[in-house]
Amino acid sequence: MTDPVLETKGLTIRFGGHVAVDHVSCAFGAGELTAIVGPNGAGKTTYFNLISGQLPATEGQVLLEGRDVTRASASTRTHLGLGRAFQLTNLFPSLTVRENVRLVAQSKARKGFDMFSMASRHPELIEAADHALERVRLTRLADQTVSALSHGDQRKLEVALLIALQPRVYMFDEPTAGMSMDEAPVVLDLIAELKAEGGHAILLVEHKMDVIRTLADRIIVLHNGALAADGEPAEVMASAVVQEAYLGKEIADV
Amino acid sequence: MLTRILSGDMPRSRALSLVLLVIFLCLAFAPFLFPGTRSLETAARISVFIALAASYDLMLGYAGIVSFAHTMFFGMGAYGVALACENMERGFLPVVVGTLAGALLAAAVALVIGLFSLRVRAIFFAMITLAVASAVAVLVSQLSAITGGEDGLSFSIPRELTPAFRFAEGKLLGASLNGKLLNYYLVFGGSLVIFLGLLRVVNSPFGRVLQAIRENDFRAEAIGYRVVAFRTLATCLSAACAALAGSLFAIWLRYVGPGTAMGFEIMIDVLLMVVIGGMGTLYGAAIGATLLVLAQTYLQEVMAGAAETTAGLPLLPDLLNPDRWLLWLGLLFIASIYFFPSGVVGRLRQARRPAGRT
Repeated sequence: MTDPVLETKGLTIRFGGHVAVDHVSCAFGAGELTAIVGPNGAGKTTYFNLISGQLPATEGQVLLEGRDVTRASASTRTHLGLGRAFQLTNLFPSLTVRENVRLVAQSKARKGFDMFSMASRHPELIEAADHALERVRLTRLADQTVSALSHGDQRKLEVALLIALQPRVYMFDEPTAGMSMDEAPVVLDLIAELKAEGGHAILLVEHKMDVIRTLADRIIVLHNGALAADGEPAEVMASAVVQEAYLGKEIADV
Repeated sequence: MLTRILSGDMPRSRALSLVLLVIFLCLAFAPFLFPGTRSLETAARISVFIALAASYDLMLGYAGIVSFAHTMFFGMGAYGVALACENMERGFLPVVVGTLAGALLAAAVALVIGLFSLRVRAIFFAMITLAVASAVAVLVSQLSAITGGEDGLSFSIPRELTPAFRFAEGKLLGASLNGKLLNYYLVFGGSLVIFLGLLRVVNSPFGRVLQAIRENDFRAEAIGYRVVAFRTLATCLSAACAALAGSLFAIWLRYVGPGTAMGFEIMIDVLLMVVIGGMGTLYGAAIGATLLVLAQTYLQEVMAGAAETTAGLPLLPDLLNPDRWLLWLGLLFIASIYFFPSGVVGRLRQARRPAGRT
């Protein structure tokens, strides 16, 4: 395997006596889509927070393209190529849909500190925003304020923000949660497209097994914060650990 | 052209454009439209407070930062000019030196407060600013050898800006062509430049980031903006603009004192101006400042007139007695916040919004 895009080494966080993520070492390569599964409370989102910098690690390291970013702020990691979509929709509610994405394009172009030009005179940022909106089929809602959007459309916008960022690592945290049956494919197809493009690592926290089966190249299982399994989808799904983590030991034993 | 001057931030409502145009024209031609010392004082006061309220709105309305130290920054500009004029040879040099020193000091103090407290919770920052502002206000009134204490400082400004200097004989439309007129246009022009400068800043990429941070600071950081840096810079800029407004005010009054440049009442006034006019839009600050200064200056007179006309009726003359003006001012504020929760500007813009669009 070529050098991993993202790697965690012994990544750990403790909240008092509780170890939420327990020495997780894992490498993610370019062009690879890794599904992260585990029961509720297994530490999947916390693991994401440690990688993207929303929480400080108690122990261990996060390496982004070989570079240690364990102590870097979330914004620095974003500029280094880490893109994170959130599980609970986390947008700028009273701004328009286009402005939400434009802000990401502006961050990418590092124009945030420009205070002497008019924001409306940067057409390339608006174009980048419109392009990202087109990919998630939100163009017709571009001038709406986000708070007026349906839940499903907000989830799509969440993905559009990531597209505009063009990161090396895409991190999706249950991207289709709460979406209707006819909305989810837009997002899932897009993730498949990103995967086909290659060049970036994709991490996907997901509960729906059929989604994982169609998209994932690899599955890692977190259980009580620790890495419980890591391998090809078919192999991991058949393993006893997954059965136990998902169904409980008693049933698995039967 | 106009779009460029207003940085693309058009009033977006006919009523609002009209109100703003009236305010602008009245201030621009105040010496000729309303001859008389008192009305000119009011016009100058409105100009300065528009700049001050606008600079406060940059923090409160755009960046979502609550600060109680804004009058302190205003005072730094005012005292900067006063102290420079007091201690240096009379001329334009001390005015420039004092103005720059005040603005730099304000920005530096804002930087220190910001770096120490902007990374933590908003309420903590508000409390720190309150503490620092109170401490500085006490310091200013105690260090009477330097600041003149409670009495303040009267100082001399360049002769060209005083009534004693006449640059032309006679009068133009009832206004004497003297230094006072020049001084007014310095204040008006300076305030206008500050206002338009702030308008540019809030409509720049930087201003957009501030709004994003106000909306959701967590996500702003996640998409790559260093929230602390942006908040701190906004605070410094706002403080420097407040100081510039303070310098203009001191030049106009030729006096500074705790009551005119440091008092907590001014802080409350500025807060009210921004809230009444409408937070998050600089036009709101302009309208709020105009309304408040006008009310403070003329409400008593209006009431005296009203009391006189209702002299025969029971109770009313007592209620309308000019001594009760603060009561009525308070009621006006409560009413305006109740009926215009998004400020006057918010209300005016809402009125023309076509049905069906959110």
